[in-house]
Amino acid sequence: MQQKGYSRRDFLQFCAAAATVAGFGQTGVAQVVSAFEKKDKPAVVWLHFQECTCCSESFLRASHPIVLDVLLDVLNLNYTETLMAASGFQAEKCLTDTIANNKGKYIVLVEGAVPTKDDGVYCMIGGKTAESILQTVAKDAAAIVAWGSCASNGCVQAAKPNPTGATPIYKLVDKPVINVPGCPPIADVMMGVVTHLLVLGQLPALDSQGRPKEFYGRRVHDTCYRRPNYDAGLFVESFDDENARKGYCLYKMGCRGPVTYNACSVIKWNEGTSYPIQSGHGCIGCSEEGFWDNGPFYQHLASFPGFGIESTADTVGTVVGVATLAGVAAHAVVTNIRKHQVIAEVHAEDLKES
Amino acid sequence: MTRIVVDPVTRIEGHLRIEAVVENGVITDAFSAGTMVRGLEKILMGRDPRDAWAITERVCGVCTTVHALASVRAVENALGITIPPTAEIIRSIMMTTQYVQDHVIHFYHLHALDWVDIVNALKADPKKAAEIAATFSKWDKNTPTYFAEVQDKIKAFAASGLGIFANGYWGHPAYKLPPEVNLIAVAHYLDALSWQKEICKIHTVFGGKNPHPNYLVGGVPCSINMNEVAAINSERLNLVKRLIDQADEFVSEVYIPDLLAVAGFYKDWAGYGGGLSNYLSYGEFPTKGYNQPDSFKYPRGVILNRDLSVVHPVNATDSQEIQEYIAHSWYTYDKGDSEGLHPWAGETQIKYTGPKPPFETLAGFDKYSFLKTPRWKEQPMEVGPLARLLVAFASGRTDVQDLVKDTLGKLGVGVPALFSTLGRTAARGLDAALAMKWLKEYYDLLMVQVKINEVSTFNGEFWEPKSWPKDAEGVGLTEAPRGALAHWIKIHNGAIENYQLVVPTTWNGSPRDAKGQRSSFEQALIGTPVAKIDEPVEILRTIHSFDPCLACAVHLYDPQGRHIAQVSFE
Repeated sequence: MQQKGYSRRDFLQFCAAAATVAGFGQTGVAQVVSAFEKKDKPAVVWLHFQECTCCSESFLRASHPIVLDVLLDVLNLNYTETLMAASGFQAEKCLTDTIANNKGKYIVLVEGAVPTKDDGVYCMIGGKTAESILQTVAKDAAAIVAWGSCASNGCVQAAKPNPTGATPIYKLVDKPVINVPGCPPIADVMMGVVTHLLVLGQLPALDSQGRPKEFYGRRVHDTCYRRPNYDAGLFVESFDDENARKGYCLYKMGCRGPVTYNACSVIKWNEGTSYPIQSGHGCIGCSEEGFWDNGPFYQHLASFPGFGIESTADTVGTVVGVATLAGVAAHAVVTNIRKHQVIAEVHAEDLKES
Repeated sequence: MTRIVVDPVTRIEGHLRIEAVVENGVITDAFSAGTMVRGLEKILMGRDPRDAWAITERVCGVCTTVHALASVRAVENALGITIPPTAEIIRSIMMTTQYVQDHVIHFYHLHALDWVDIVNALKADPKKAAEIAATFSKWDKNTPTYFAEVQDKIKAFAASGLGIFANGYWGHPAYKLPPEVNLIAVAHYLDALSWQKEICKIHTVFGGKNPHPNYLVGGVPCSINMNEVAAINSERLNLVKRLIDQADEFVSEVYIPDLLAVAGFYKDWAGYGGGLSNYLSYGEFPTKGYNQPDSFKYPRGVILNRDLSVVHPVNATDSQEIQEYIAHSWYTYDKGDSEGLHPWAGETQIKYTGPKPPFETLAGFDKYSFLKTPRWKEQPMEVGPLARLLVAFASGRTDVQDLVKDTLGKLGVGVPALFSTLGRTAARGLDAALAMKWLKEYYDLLMVQVKINEVSTFNGEFWEPKSWPKDAEGVGLTEAPRGALAHWIKIHNGAIENYQLVVPTTWNGSPRDAKGQRSSFEQALIGTPVAKIDEPVEILRTIHSFDPCLACAVHLYDPQGRHIAQVSFE
């Protein structure tokens, strides 16, 4: 089990992988920063492909800043099929004008996956395929943000058997892509990414999957207020049983919190109102690649290789299956033991780095 | 003769293309095409039926929750599960909340710019705007200072590029509102944008998040415990109450007054966009449980030929009633493309025969959409708020009758005005007002349940797959904000064997059927005037009056060309 912890070699391999997957070199960073060293509001286009518009809707739910202030004061959102006044060729003109007038300086926000099977006929806008639109728009973009799991990892249409060849954005473009997964992502996480990029003029640090560490660096499980119940072995055994009414841990109800990296249990949803676990349902892991195919949602997870709150997505593989009670108990014990080992390792790595 | 292409149709959910033939300034024919497909029904095959709500909820994030509700109802119907009364009340709170949020967003953010000229609002006198607003609303925010601030905001915005308002049809002769009314509507567009995020918190309290709150086969996932901080308790219920009160004020003092004020300037649109004369509603909002449709606040039924004296019964399990056709859709059927198939026997073999992209037009192509064409007893049906109201009106529901008559009186028009673009948009407002009233009622009912300690929210009797029969089939009927929505499921050996969705925009936005009968969008465009063919705002008015949702409407695809009904999961 110790061999599954991470070493310095793993860490360096991760760094290389991160740079490759996310497509960010130093030049990419400089490019984005220079794009915003000007007074004009940055030009932004929002593309819609194979999606359900839940990312757009989530964006509208933002509370700090509210979407109105962002639309009016922070950026020039020149194209979004959900809100824009223009339709038809006037809408297309908004897109082509933005590209022509802001070469290398505009930001592309993509909602949805791109179907690549059968010459891309499964998503067409204005008689053009999603893929051809993506390539045209991405060519001169300063940076690309992939909203939600559809654009980041394919999401529901990419679930087995992925009938239309739904493909995430980073696999199709040779540009920097910031993945902001979730179905949808939390509204204020979306705003956090936008303002990090546009107001600070900085790229957020990303993990190996191109996700901002700022919001995807911690497991839902490790930041969950119900975590002490898990550690104490107090579990909901059936929905709305006595334990559910006491707010015990939902692990046995299939909660994916232990393998899901997201900010739900810290930032929560809709201005901190609640999050799935707080409202009695396990996390379904919607920000993790392939979450639709990680077994039925109400089957709980098998025990994982020991890892503690210091682990990151880069070192923990998702292991899914049917757990036994013994597995749950073992996991709880191992987690606590591992915690100390991992802390020690992280300290050692930090010392080497500095 | 000119063929106008509008693609993308914006301010909707999803990817819609409209091609309209215009002769002498009037539309004489129209083609509605859904141009995106994802294949969700195929993805559902073989999965745990208890997971289906989560997958189908992702059909649409604008009408979030509605597919989840249809799905859990379909599974519960198949397995004979009755949910506890408190769970039913919470589901109805979620659904009425969705109606109110969805309709307000639709009016201001998806539809208003077809009627409201935002640039013209810059010419308004803020003081006069406040005076006008005071004549139809008590909302205390409507002051001269407020309208002046909004105007300044828009001026500054226009100076830095118009963003989402760029390239609109501003100044088009079809815009009829005085500058002050434009300004009022623009101000409330901005307010509605900030307000809509509040009411959604009701979903977050009970479902953990919005969009896409959590549902559960057998009830709802949240538990109620008035002696526990980690459950629905007094604080949570108080939050819901505050959000309901806020929403009530916004609907009654902002949305409905604005709707009537704007409608008053566009009464000519009571003469356009009527389209079909048949209306279908599955009924919604149980008062004695989902299994007693007679108790629903919105009744189930069909109206034919606009005859409000007869309501025809609907049976979703009868293979001869609801059928889907593919004569003009990019699919093929084994028995021939003119057949109609009931959803339980549905076939799904995609066959794209349209032009190779990039293309300019779908003209000359017999098949032109990824939407199938549903029919009730071979007849096209309009679905949506107008259909719901008409079925309720014709069924003798006095609360609906009173509201409809009162509104028609205020506008100074008769019942025939309902059968139009304007009538459809007005009906949506009344639908929201009714949903708002019922949301308050459901909240009060929930409080009664809490008081008498009837707080069970889950029936786990048939939770475990080992308690299920080897084979089961069910149907879940709902009225989504956009209209009649149903899911049909077949379960075999604990797994989904077949899953079909027939959704509102498939009814309304589908291509014509084998007999050449047009569906709602296409029929409603016939006879609509188009003043400027390069700025067809009139097309948007009628299409948006249906509140299209294309992601919902297109979801089928089986790449192997197999009959979904024949896929087995031994």
